[in-house]
Amino acid sequence: MGLLSDPNRRRALISLLTRLNAPICVLCYFAAVCWFMGLSFEPFTLRTYMSENAMGSTMVEERFPAGERALATAKEFGAHKKKVGGMPVDWLVKTMQARGLEVFTQRFSRTLPFPDENNERYIVEGTNVYGILRAPRAPRTEALVLSAPCSPGDDNNQAVGLLLGLAHYFRSKSIFWAKDIIFLVNEHDLIGMQAWLEGYHHTNTTGMDWSPLQGRGGSIQAALSLELSSDVVTSLDIVLEGLNGQLPNLDLANLFYAFCQKIGVLCTIQGRIQRNDWDSVSGYSHAVQTMMLMVMKQASGRSWGDHGLFLRYHIEAATIKGINSFRQYKTDATTVGRLLEGMYRKLNNLLERLHQSYFFYLMPSLSHFVSIGYYMPAFGLLAVILLLRALDLWVQLATPPSRNEDGVADIEQSSTGVLSVLTPLVISHLTGAALYMLPVRFQEMAVEHFQVSETEAVVLTAIAVYTGGLALPHNTHRYWLISGEGTEQGWRVLKLVAVLYLAVLLGCTALINFSLGFILALTLVPVASFVTPHVPKLLSAVVLVILSPAFTLLFSVFIFQELQEMPVSFQDGWMLYLSVISQGILDHYLYGSLVYPLIALMVYPCWLLFWNILFWK
Amino acid sequence: MAAPLTLLLVVAVTIRAALYRSSLAEVIAERVEVVSPITAWKRVIEGLALLDLGVSPYSGDVFHETPLVIYLFHFLVDYAEITFMLADVISAIALYLAVKEYNKQVVRKKQKFALEADRYPQDCLELIRSPKEMLYIPLKVAMFYLLNPFTILSCVAKSTCGLNNAPQIITPHCFKISFAVFLCLATYQSIYPLTLCAPAMLYLMQRQYIPVNYRRASFWWFVVQYLFMYLGSLFVLICLSFFLLGSWDYLPSVYGFILSVPDLTPNIGLFWYFFAEMFEHFRLFFLCVFQINVFFYTVPLSIKLKDHPVFLMFMQLAVISIFKSYPTVGDIALYMALLPVWSHLHRFLRNIFLVSCVLLACSVLFPVLWHLWIYAGSANSNFYYAITLLFNVAQILLVSDYFYAFLRREHHLIHGLYLKKKDGSEATLVLK
Repeated sequence: MGLLSDPNRRRALISLLTRLNAPICVLCYFAAVCWFMGLSFEPFTLRTYMSENAMGSTMVEERFPAGERALATAKEFGAHKKKVGGMPVDWLVKTMQARGLEVFTQRFSRTLPFPDENNERYIVEGTNVYGILRAPRAPRTEALVLSAPCSPGDDNNQAVGLLLGLAHYFRSKSIFWAKDIIFLVNEHDLIGMQAWLEGYHHTNTTGMDWSPLQGRGGSIQAALSLELSSDVVTSLDIVLEGLNGQLPNLDLANLFYAFCQKIGVLCTIQGRIQRNDWDSVSGYSHAVQTMMLMVMKQASGRSWGDHGLFLRYHIEAATIKGINSFRQYKTDATTVGRLLEGMYRKLNNLLERLHQSYFFYLMPSLSHFVSIGYYMPAFGLLAVILLLRALDLWVQLATPPSRNEDGVADIEQSSTGVLSVLTPLVISHLTGAALYMLPVRFQEMAVEHFQVSETEAVVLTAIAVYTGGLALPHNTHRYWLISGEGTEQGWRVLKLVAVLYLAVLLGCTALINFSLGFILALTLVPVASFVTPHVPKLLSAVVLVILSPAFTLLFSVFIFQELQEMPVSFQDGWMLYLSVISQGILDHYLYGSLVYPLIALMVYPCWLLFWNILFWK
Repeated sequence: MAAPLTLLLVVAVTIRAALYRSSLAEVIAERVEVVSPITAWKRVIEGLALLDLGVSPYSGDVFHETPLVIYLFHFLVDYAEITFMLADVISAIALYLAVKEYNKQVVRKKQKFALEADRYPQDCLELIRSPKEMLYIPLKVAMFYLLNPFTILSCVAKSTCGLNNAPQIITPHCFKISFAVFLCLATYQSIYPLTLCAPAMLYLMQRQYIPVNYRRASFWWFVVQYLFMYLGSLFVLICLSFFLLGSWDYLPSVYGFILSVPDLTPNIGLFWYFFAEMFEHFRLFFLCVFQINVFFYTVPLSIKLKDHPVFLMFMQLAVISIFKSYPTVGDIALYMALLPVWSHLHRFLRNIFLVSCVLLACSVLFPVLWHLWIYAGSANSNFYYAITLLFNVAQILLVSDYFYAFLRREHHLIHGLYLKKKDGSEATLVLK
């Protein structure tokens, strides 16, 4: 309490902090970046280990034999799919019934807010087929899900084949099971999954039409989604990032890794094989790139596989993807089946939900992870900058006026201060609301008047509102308030409010989705700390625009392509950027992803406040 | 001054009415920060349903409000929204009038002192507030109460906390008898306002120029008189409740529920986590320790602040809202509304920046961590409790900071603003 009560020490500390404010801020920024880059250095990370007792020590012997038969089923499925020109519902129902499952179907339909040009769909109608294998060994209060999407073309036929093969095998070994196992083939990937999950849990968050489910298992404990498009695979990839950057419990990844090691399958995360030379430069950069990919994917808030929607319902889920590249060593479907069998039998042993291990982590490789305690300081260092700047502003605001001015002037000033802060706040938030509402509302009008498709109209309206916002707010307070706002006081108050707003906003974002919070903080914190009305206007304006959320997204698109080793030209990158925006908006309307509203309603208005300060008159 | 107040009331009512019509109202009514097991509207509805069926509303262990409230809503259930808005409006007007009255008193006292000018050192004149400065304070207080997001949330959630606040506020500016009645009504609602007795008596004594001196008979006579009125009206209320319900069910169900804290639903208070973690056989001991906190500070604070009953009242309200067993944001809004009254202390406040940052951040983090804990399942109760703890520490710092600033101003008023050491150099006050 010495610091809080001893005025001399307090004064010393505060004068130190205000005098050295700029150097400390710069130092913190670089420390944050270095800390973040250091996270993927292997000695600083933790080895993954299985925390869940129920899955750790028990022995499982995998015996799945029927890989070839599963592939034959896959071919049959492919043929029927081609014949029907979509999901062969009748065939699937018949086949599942033949394998001894209780089979049900669910119809769903959904009209997208605007056409999805990436997947070429607008009015979506489809059917989910699922079969339940009832648990013979326990009351049917818990369930596991294995799902495979029915994709257009020849994709994922093998996944469905393997799913059916596993269903047959699991049924024949039904003595194992203490949990219901649900085999789900969902149409139209995430939309179908959304319909099924909403039906299963009796919720309707996005206004989709679906027929109620006729059969249910117990509460779902864990789910795996399977994507397999070739008869043999060279490696299996696990995808963890779900909606809004949610991740499944780390034990699920550990389980996958443990079985890959046991069975001898090459396993990857982010499609990148783990390397052992962590002490070399290339090994380190490999780990950094893997982790950066995870950060980018998590920050996007998208669901990167069909599993992503399960996480919202408190169900641990991951997608397992088979990858077939030009490597020599191949793994056949029987081995993949054995791997899945092993995983399900371990999951079957669970006594309670997976909760022992971490929920907040980043993975530079499958065998190592960075926990929340290690990565949060990187964000904390950035947040400290904002607090230091706020303290500096507070000290500047508090010292001069109270002494020399009498009370009346003080009151007047504070009231104009409040007003001059309120106006930009309200205006920038209205702009944000416009950015959120207008693109989808005005698509018809835009299509009528311009030569564009609906999707382009939505994206271009968003960009237009975004740029329009730059011209709008900084002109207004000049007309609204004629008296008193010319002072230095005005912008300081506004900046104090804006800095604190940004700090709280980024803090909350980082708690829910660390990657998004960190990427936004990396670009917005410098903006927040250097902007005053007295810096050179043009140069700062350029810097401010380059560090704005829209450009952050643009850079992220290029960096992401670079990291995936698929660099794009500027032209293609721009097209990709536009499609990413439309996908983000669609994700919000279809699945309830929060990134678009967060950016439009909070981050962008906050950034506009700084823009406003720069042009303070 | 009536016009701005009316405008304020209209704005406040409009905001509330708009929120009642929006879908947010349902979300807010479910928030644990806004409603407690005692004040939740859902539970009042349940109690009403039981009452209509001719069963005692307390038989279901859901309803814990007092009998008067349930009979009030027995008649007003269709006008619940209006009732809650009206309660807020009445509270705000009461606050407005009370603070106006208090300011008048301060000015009168100050003028009295100005006559004997040699009592204050010359350099203290800048510490003394002019009536002009104080003109807007009542309006600001009403504004702080009505437009505080905490009050709005509490009203929109139809938390009966708003009703409980009303009698606590009406207390200060009335006469002795109504004073006692309203205070007793507040006590009847939630026990804790019992501690407001001390500031209430001090206030009345100050108004009637009765010296606070325990050797004088007039002091004791006044105390006895007041306590008689207070306890008498409390007795009447309790008997009235008994005759309304025809049973004593409500005593354990309301007051037992408040004092023994059986419901450990997370809230912004300090109780739930401790009592959820604790071994059962320590429960009684810690229950006493926790509950005594509310009442413990009354005596020392009353002795220290016996000349400043309104500030004492502010301190007591804050202490109650921090240490009570089921606090909600509505309780916090009540004492925060009084902050503008102490705007002259701002120059002596030390941690106000830090504290307001922490309070702001915590209020935003509550729903975020709740989401992570309950919906996403990725965080756990420790995260939420950490924020609760921080929130309460910040509140305690805020209150103690105001207390320190108040004492320091008093000290300066007597010893001069610019203190000198014996050797003539500038001295600083150190609190140790």
